Amino acid sequence: MADTAVHDAVDEHDDHGHGDVHHTSTGLSNNKLAMWLFLGSECLLFGGLISTYMLYRGRHSANGGPDQFWDIPFTSASSFVLLMSSLTMVLAVTAAKRKDDRNTNLWLTVTAILGSLFVAGQVYEFTTFYREGLGYTTSLFSSSFYTLTGFHGVHVSVGVIMLLATVGMILKNRIPGDKAEVVELVGLYWHFVDIVWILIFTLVYLIPA
Amino acid sequence: MSTDTAHATDHDDVHDDEDHWNDEGHWTDLNYIKLALALAVITAIEVAISYMVDDLGPFFLPLLLGLMLIKFFSVVLFFMHLKFDNRLFSLMFYLGLGLAVAVYTAALFTFKFFSP
Amino acid sequence: MALIERPAPAEAPAVATPSSSFGVFRRPVESTGWKSWLFTIDHKKLGIMYGAAALFFFLVGGFEALLIRLQLAGPNGTILSADKYNQMFTMHATTMVFLFVMPMAAAFANYFVPLQIGARDVAFPRINAFGFWCFIGGAIFINTSWLLGGAADGGWFMYAPNSSVPFSPTHGIDFWGLGLQITGIASLTGAINLIVTVINMRAPGMSLMKMPIFTWMILVVQFLLLFAIPVITVALFLLMFQRNFDATFFTVEAGADPLLWQHLFWIFGHPEVYILILPSFGIVSEVLPVFSKKPLFGYPLVVFSGAAIGFVGWGVWAHHMFASGLGPISVAVFSVATMAIAIPTGVKIVNWTMTLWGGKLSFTTAMMFSIGLIIEFTIGGLSGVTHAVAPSDTQQTDTYYIVAHFHYVLFGGAILGIFSGLYYWWPKMFGKLLSERLGKWNFWTMIVGMNLAFGPMHIIGLQGQPRRMYVWTDARAGEGFFNLGFWNLISSIGAFILGIGVLLFFINVFVSSRKKERAPLDPWDARSLEWMTTSPPKEHNFDVIPTVGHLDEFFHRKYEDRGEGDHHDFHQVATAEEIMAEQEANADQHIHLPSPSYWPLLLAFSLPVMGYGLIFNLLLVPVGAAIALASMFGWSLEPHTASPADYDPPTPQGGAELEVSTNG
Repeated sequence: MADTAVHDAVDEHDDHGHGDVHHTSTGLSNNKLAMWLFLGSECLLFGGLISTYMLYRGRHSANGGPDQFWDIPFTSASSFVLLMSSLTMVLAVTAAKRKDDRNTNLWLTVTAILGSLFVAGQVYEFTTFYREGLGYTTSLFSSSFYTLTGFHGVHVSVGVIMLLATVGMILKNRIPGDKAEVVELVGLYWHFVDIVWILIFTLVYLIPA
Repeated sequence: MSTDTAHATDHDDVHDDEDHWNDEGHWTDLNYIKLALALAVITAIEVAISYMVDDLGPFFLPLLLGLMLIKFFSVVLFFMHLKFDNRLFSLMFYLGLGLAVAVYTAALFTFKFFSP
Repeated sequence: MALIERPAPAEAPAVATPSSSFGVFRRPVESTGWKSWLFTIDHKKLGIMYGAAALFFFLVGGFEALLIRLQLAGPNGTILSADKYNQMFTMHATTMVFLFVMPMAAAFANYFVPLQIGARDVAFPRINAFGFWCFIGGAIFINTSWLLGGAADGGWFMYAPNSSVPFSPTHGIDFWGLGLQITGIASLTGAINLIVTVINMRAPGMSLMKMPIFTWMILVVQFLLLFAIPVITVALFLLMFQRNFDATFFTVEAGADPLLWQHLFWIFGHPEVYILILPSFGIVSEVLPVFSKKPLFGYPLVVFSGAAIGFVGWGVWAHHMFASGLGPISVAVFSVATMAIAIPTGVKIVNWTMTLWGGKLSFTTAMMFSIGLIIEFTIGGLSGVTHAVAPSDTQQTDTYYIVAHFHYVLFGGAILGIFSGLYYWWPKMFGKLLSERLGKWNFWTMIVGMNLAFGPMHIIGLQGQPRRMYVWTDARAGEGFFNLGFWNLISSIGAFILGIGVLLFFINVFVSSRKKERAPLDPWDARSLEWMTTSPPKEHNFDVIPTVGHLDEFFHRKYEDRGEGDHHDFHQVATAEEIMAEQEANADQHIHLPSPSYWPLLLAFSLPVMGYGLIFNLLLVPVGAAIALASMFGWSLEPHTASPADYDPPTPQGGAELEVSTNG
């Protein structure tokens, strides 16, 4: 979707002709600066979605609220998976800084697998809720819940694609410029998706409406 | 979890030369693993707390929100290196984060979201 | 003279290496002809295309405005039906805000920010091209709604629940929402690109406080865009889910709060107001010093007040909602914040006036437009302060008084500033001066036109004529001086005079383009770096990247201060031609410029495809997504300079490395 296009467009790392770290006024990398700006911007996107959910979370029929549907143990497990994927991502970044391609690829792949596992968990959770009677249009609560977590899920999926693409490009040695920086940027995006989930997990799941 | 730690030990030999390139407050893979373990423990505590609404009373909300913020900033400061990185990156991110918190809190306030 | 040319093929037969060319097609490498524009990633070409497209949409929006004024010129207007009238004012505002003023600012920013900071391009040239094509795609997408069942009809802020399907069953609002998402991508990527460019690509020695003021204002605007665009993105997604997937985010019967839309829209919408005006403030702050032969008065104050406007602009959005029942505390807080924002704006007005004070003024057209901005914007600013007072605002809400206010600040502010910039920078962009004689006519007809068109709206509004009413009747028009009919007619006549003024600009462009006479290198005795190169600038902007020692670097290279202490006494020590000749003599030998690319255009093209898919047939969505994914991969794998095999005939060296020769 439109949103996806932005991520990947912003995340291009190969405009190096003008991005050589040594030539910039601040000595900082253009790409990394762009990524942080993008993440700053994303704060307002998720802030809006979280606020919408917070406003509407209590607006549902008598027994159609969070308490009837949440499966805390399951969601905790998938939160744990996503949290651990942040660790494996960091390990990929440190491996990339050591110029250790083998371990970079290994940890990137593990991160992608954990991310996919999280998305799979979300799909399972959504289908379960749907079967139990929580459709997208059932209530304001359900619409805002699915919208918020759906946007997050799309972000995770985009991240998985980015991870796998990075693995592929490292394997084929097709990354122009600084390999470690590419991995680091993918990592920043990935951690951002994780911190958004840290907020969602507490605000949406753990705190009762 | 056990596989993660197992793998880390495989890499202990690398850690020695790691210190040469790692100027980020000397954070090694092992540090990151410890932090991740701590975050996992915090998550477990959070989940436990979520079942104790009635026992904790007025402490329930501040506790959960506090733990959430600890997790949030641990990832931002250490996994995302903001603590060690150039302050310009922090500025860009916190500007967005701060604006988001400010405007959306104000908007929710006008909906009387924070009134009991 | 320095020549830029593709490296001459060496004697040895060129070897095309298939491994280095990607995909089926050769990479575009043309530097002339239509392909050089379509696939360009040069910030100057993109700037010109942004400007041309924006001016085209200015005409479209103006045409819509004239239809509106024709309808309201007399009682019981019959030019437009109620339905068409709704579409007309919605699209007039949408076109002017999103398809004219914003891209026009993007045009100036794209063209002049790299030149002003002494860079050879923006930080991400391909993303720049992608942003431009997103804007074009989104703009065309929104306007195709006229032919596909009717345009959006909810007003430019599209208040819920009026924007829900039962009240607006055509696809107009879907087109509007999706189109703005696409142009939003243009703004967001442009913002990131320009911020990185300004922070990272300044010429050596150019500290932040030595940056030209226009670049500063653009930097502030890009931060506003960076943080405001995601908010409207959320709002537009909620609206799309409401309209297309039956969600009830804004449906009162379902228990929703329609004010949620208003909050999200205005959290975006108020920073947006400063996004529209600050680039023009920047232009004026460039133009006034040049034509007063004085440095900008209180440069640091102008910088900080600009940043302050940008910051406080985030805390005032609810003043658009005083009539919606926010409660006394919220209203009081936002009322005070709104009055506070008048302070940094006032600081700017004072600084501009003090710049003029005691200067050797030359009243060129650019200068007159800038002075026009100071006066007309102040009028609009003062009526703005009356809105900040909540009780008075409650009376004015949704009347023509509001319409008068924002036309004074947007036309009298943003658009007069844009025209000032056009006259000032035209010789830089095209190497020819616009006619000053026609320019004066252009200025005065526009000023007379705008005051006749928008001035009476204060009276009409205070008399109680609601905005957006498609017809008025004689029976309720009132009598004497306050007769609505009289003032409506005056306003319509003013609108047509204004239209003639705008046409004079285009006539001026046409006339000047036929003149053979080239503009001098430095026609205005200007102060900033963009004038320290040829007009139009070379593809690589500067032969030598300048080292900057002063604010107004170019001025300080031309003039030497022989005064003592606080007394300045500037004597000319060099002409622009001499400085240029010196640059050319010392030109850098190897200048790397990235090659053109298909991918930005293709990626941007995929977005309207998905948009049409969401409206008409969901099957188109995966098609668009596939194009997007393919172009992203093509993009990531593409090196930033074309391989020699892409040239015809192929060259042995890297083709995009331009050689600069200084022979003759």
